[in-house]
Amino acid sequence: MSLLVTKNLVKYFGDTHAVDHVDFTVKEREVLALIGSNGAGKTTLVNLISGLFPPDSGQILFRGQDVTHESVHGRISAGIARSFQLVNLFDQLSALDNVALTIFSREGKTRKLASLASADHAVWDEALEILRLFGLEGKAQMLAGGVSQGERKLLDVAIAYALRPKLLFLDEPTSGVSTREKTPIMDTVTSVVRSRGISAAIIEHDMDVVFNYSDRIVAMHQGAILADGTPDEIRRNEAVTTTLIGTTGPR
Amino acid sequence: MSTPAVTASANAREAGSVRTVLRWAVPVAVLLLVVPWIVPPYTAILLTYGLVMAIGALGFNLLLGYTGLLSFGHSAYFGVGAYVVALMVKYLGVGSMELFLFGAIIGSVIVTAVFGWVCVRYTRIFFSILTLALSQVLWSLAFKFFWVTGGTDGLRVPTPSLLVGLVTGQGDKTDFMSHAYYHYVLVVFFAAVALMWVIVNSPFGKALQAIRDNETRAEFVGVQIWRYRFVAFLVSGVFTGLAGALWVPLNGLTTPDIIHWSFSGEIVFMTVLGGFRSFAGPIVGAVVFNYLKTYAVGYTVYWQLLLGAVLVALVLSLPTGIVGTAGRLAARWKKVS
Repeated sequence: MSLLVTKNLVKYFGDTHAVDHVDFTVKEREVLALIGSNGAGKTTLVNLISGLFPPDSGQILFRGQDVTHESVHGRISAGIARSFQLVNLFDQLSALDNVALTIFSREGKTRKLASLASADHAVWDEALEILRLFGLEGKAQMLAGGVSQGERKLLDVAIAYALRPKLLFLDEPTSGVSTREKTPIMDTVTSVVRSRGISAAIIEHDMDVVFNYSDRIVAMHQGAILADGTPDEIRRNEAVTTTLIGTTGPR
Repeated sequence: MSTPAVTASANAREAGSVRTVLRWAVPVAVLLLVVPWIVPPYTAILLTYGLVMAIGALGFNLLLGYTGLLSFGHSAYFGVGAYVVALMVKYLGVGSMELFLFGAIIGSVIVTAVFGWVCVRYTRIFFSILTLALSQVLWSLAFKFFWVTGGTDGLRVPTPSLLVGLVTGQGDKTDFMSHAYYHYVLVVFFAAVALMWVIVNSPFGKALQAIRDNETRAEFVGVQIWRYRFVAFLVSGVFTGLAGALWVPLNGLTTPDIIHWSFSGEIVFMTVLGGFRSFAGPIVGAVVFNYLKTYAVGYTVYWQLLLGAVLVALVLSLPTGIVGTAGRLAARWKKVS
């Protein structure tokens, strides 16, 4: 069953057809990779779906509900969360605070002015549990601005995960980290989302990561969907191999 | 590289615990309570001014230090507090301090709600300029509508009665101000500090800090940015309005000067002086600034030049302010010993 469906989604920036009549779906409990060269429209598509800006036309359906004009806040409540390509953290708060704040927000508790945050043990326990899940418990008390790039990437995902989403968009979770760090990051992230039955749509450039971790691959080119299929189908797809991966194809 | 980050966060956590705060807050509170019997009345009155300004600066810093918004128009809310009191005296013949405070809160809620509604949609320089412009509108009203506000002559405010008339200001005014009124301000100050401390350490306070650190991400964890900014603006303005109301009986007179943008600059100055990155910064900054200004004015007619030089030196050499620098020195000393 489809969790998310976009119909004829369009976003132009001047003459650039960033997203050009895209019909994109995400199924329940799948890990999907969104690939394409720079400027193919992957991030714009995610921005449209997560509500960073509105589409020019088209429709976004999430669990059958039209969320095209829903606020960011409304989409989060519905179950759409995202991480960012350029890591977006609360740098002057500790890693634990970053996650705890997210939980406070999810629970609608950030409206409380007259009680101490530290007194809400349930929230802190859950925040610590989430850090543990992502292997970050050792960094709980460190300022988010002071941990390594790979850990920042994971913390970014942990924050999105703390919103208890049904659909998680990850914008290049392994960009800017060393090749050695990529595998552990992807192992952690995919094991968490698979074990919790969350659908994940991952924008990724590293083809090894793409073919190793995804159930389905959607390739974009110049704002449109070029191909959509299982890793094996995409591997055999000539349009994809010539435009995106290079003529030799992946190993 | 990672060690300072650990210590900073650990310090922040420790500073947030009730027990640690009480360990140094209680002695300071006791000292403040007995001050009028130790120091000359003049010094006690100066300290009263300092405490009043501390309440205002504390409110201001909820926006600067915790929400990341630099308001250059906080003179407006201070002025609203002061003028509400003066107008209550002039038109309603009220003399009770409790009614003054109540009126000032109502007045500043109304004005900050309107100003905040306009301003919180903007950030950075646009926010600062807009707050400044709105405060100047209020200043010109106080300046021009002289039949209501007294123009540049201002409005006189007699000594009020405290605690629903239990304590009246009959007799020696200096004695009243340096004892009864000092303690009155001190109690309001304690309440304001406690309230603000809870607010910045509440889940709401965390959301404000998240907005300060990263607006986009805050939105993407579900924080409705401008609502939170609006509430912060409201709370901030009301604290400053309350300070204005406490200030006016002390001064005995309110003039448009306190709504002028240069007074907003003083509020910014004292907060930066004390350190806007720490909770106690604006409190220390306000008290120190008040002494600094008093002595600078007494020492030279070019006192503004002197204060300007201090500010430049401060920003260059102590960017974390008095409290931030003291904290760092204390941490270093602890490590050495």
